[in-house]
Amino acid sequence: MERYYQQDMECASRETMIAVQNEKLLKQVRHVWENVPYIRAKMEEKGVTPDDIKSIDDLHKLPMLSKADLRDAYPYGLLGCDLKKCVRIHSTSGTTGKRVVAFYTAEDIELWNQCCARALVAAGATDEDVCQVSYGYGLFTGGAGLDGGSHKVGCLTVPASSGNTDRQIMFIQDLNATILCCTPSYAAYLSERMKEMGLGPDDIPLKAGIFGAEAWSEEMRQDIQNTLGIKAFDIYGLTELSGPGVSFECSDQSGMHINEDHFYPEIIDPDTGEVLPEGCEGELVFTSLDKEAFPLLRYRTRDICVLSREKCSCGRTLIKMKKPKGRSDDMLIIRGVNVFPSQIETVLLNHGYAANYQILVGRVNNTDTLEVLVEMTPEMFTDNLGEISKRQKDLVDGMKSMLGIKAKVTLVAPKTITRSEGKAVRVIDNRKI
Amino acid sequence: MAIKQISVFLENRPGTLQNMTKEIADAKIDLRALSVAETKDFGIVRMIVNDVYETATVLKDAGYICSMTPVVAVQIPDVVGGLNKVLSALNEVSVNVEYMYASLAGKATGCAYMILRVEEVEKAEVALRGKGFTLASQEAISEM
Repeated sequence: MERYYQQDMECASRETMIAVQNEKLLKQVRHVWENVPYIRAKMEEKGVTPDDIKSIDDLHKLPMLSKADLRDAYPYGLLGCDLKKCVRIHSTSGTTGKRVVAFYTAEDIELWNQCCARALVAAGATDEDVCQVSYGYGLFTGGAGLDGGSHKVGCLTVPASSGNTDRQIMFIQDLNATILCCTPSYAAYLSERMKEMGLGPDDIPLKAGIFGAEAWSEEMRQDIQNTLGIKAFDIYGLTELSGPGVSFECSDQSGMHINEDHFYPEIIDPDTGEVLPEGCEGELVFTSLDKEAFPLLRYRTRDICVLSREKCSCGRTLIKMKKPKGRSDDMLIIRGVNVFPSQIETVLLNHGYAANYQILVGRVNNTDTLEVLVEMTPEMFTDNLGEISKRQKDLVDGMKSMLGIKAKVTLVAPKTITRSEGKAVRVIDNRKI
Repeated sequence: MAIKQISVFLENRPGTLQNMTKEIADAKIDLRALSVAETKDFGIVRMIVNDVYETATVLKDAGYICSMTPVVAVQIPDVVGGLNKVLSALNEVSVNVEYMYASLAGKATGCAYMILRVEEVEKAEVALRGKGFTLASQEAISEM
């Protein structure tokens, strides 16, 4: 039977949810107007005051915020309350430009932990489970978020953090960890290491995994589920909004339920900013309905996805978002064609290769070059050179039909692509433009 | 009677072959024969060694991907036309040779070995023995 952490909200009727959202939004807009001069100035520029916002239907009148705003306002410009009231900061992984620093009051952390608890319960966690959190602890929200959620559910929490893979496996075995939380690429690495140690799915007690913080394909899910012998659940979030737990997957595994009583989602046309109707693909925009210390209104996530209110078999009424194709940041434009690393991953897994790959983008004579480094695996190796070359060519053909452009595939020795213990570095773009 | 060859995946760039031969040398493994087949970015190194299982273990521990393939090691007299006789014996029974390379392991005794990779190992062995050729066993290779 399906269990919920906060059934009243997770399975709320549409009317109840809208009433909650309306009430919270009105309060939040006023809170922002009075406490965040940066956003107030943007509202004034657009000629909007809190009086113009009477319900969620008026949300589109508000200005949007982008990552650039967060950088401009660094570090205190978007703070929504007295620093004295804040108890924590987290920071984005910041691969480009300045890091983003987000603040939390004690209540903000409480609500965030509840969101993560919903995700854990949806993945089957109870107070009898042992939950190993192998996300990095520290500035990154992964560790702290799932750790907090795990406490809420009452799991025995193993704060393993990332790294020291052999010790991770030892803990899973010795402490009977049943739930694993980490990035999907780290889960794949764990299973690879287990295989090397001669351990199979039956040698570990894990039953479920909650994997997020990076884009991963459906094929990678199948692969992780098979090699670890678990059910793998997706989780989504952004530091800007709190961290993991903005949305989470249920037993239906067909998209992630958004905790819309805390984070109101919109889909917009990324080029025009126009709000698109349900079912359209576009950029996901979130409004934090109740965060006090870092109250973002209409924050553009750069994630491309689709929302759906279709009835879910799990009984939750929370709106669902499809797995994002990837952040629009991750999207590469190669010879004018949009390429997502997750598409390349799909082709690799479909052809029997592991998800250990790196994408190199370059530019020769003003033409973009795309090269995919793929690690050879014992399964794909044979003494027959022609056969290996044929499989390599199949891969090139597979990519051509998936991406619409030709990619060079280079087979490399095992372990030559750096394994990440946090987020995987999938793309190296050497183009100097 | 077929003997086991070790095939290893290597990237085609400077140093990869020597890194591997160093692992083998450090483990005091004796090479009896070696050949390299290459493409632009990778290659397969094929080896006959004195201790197949030790070699496979050493290489796997060092992170290499390798496999074992049955091959035929046939002794050929070091005279003009020696190889031709071997190949015509195989041709008579329509056995296709995928690749082959030489081993000088038995040079001291006045003969050399050809390592042959064929699809139908048994058929090749019968044909070669029928023509009076000596095939090396795994033990013989180890003790050479």
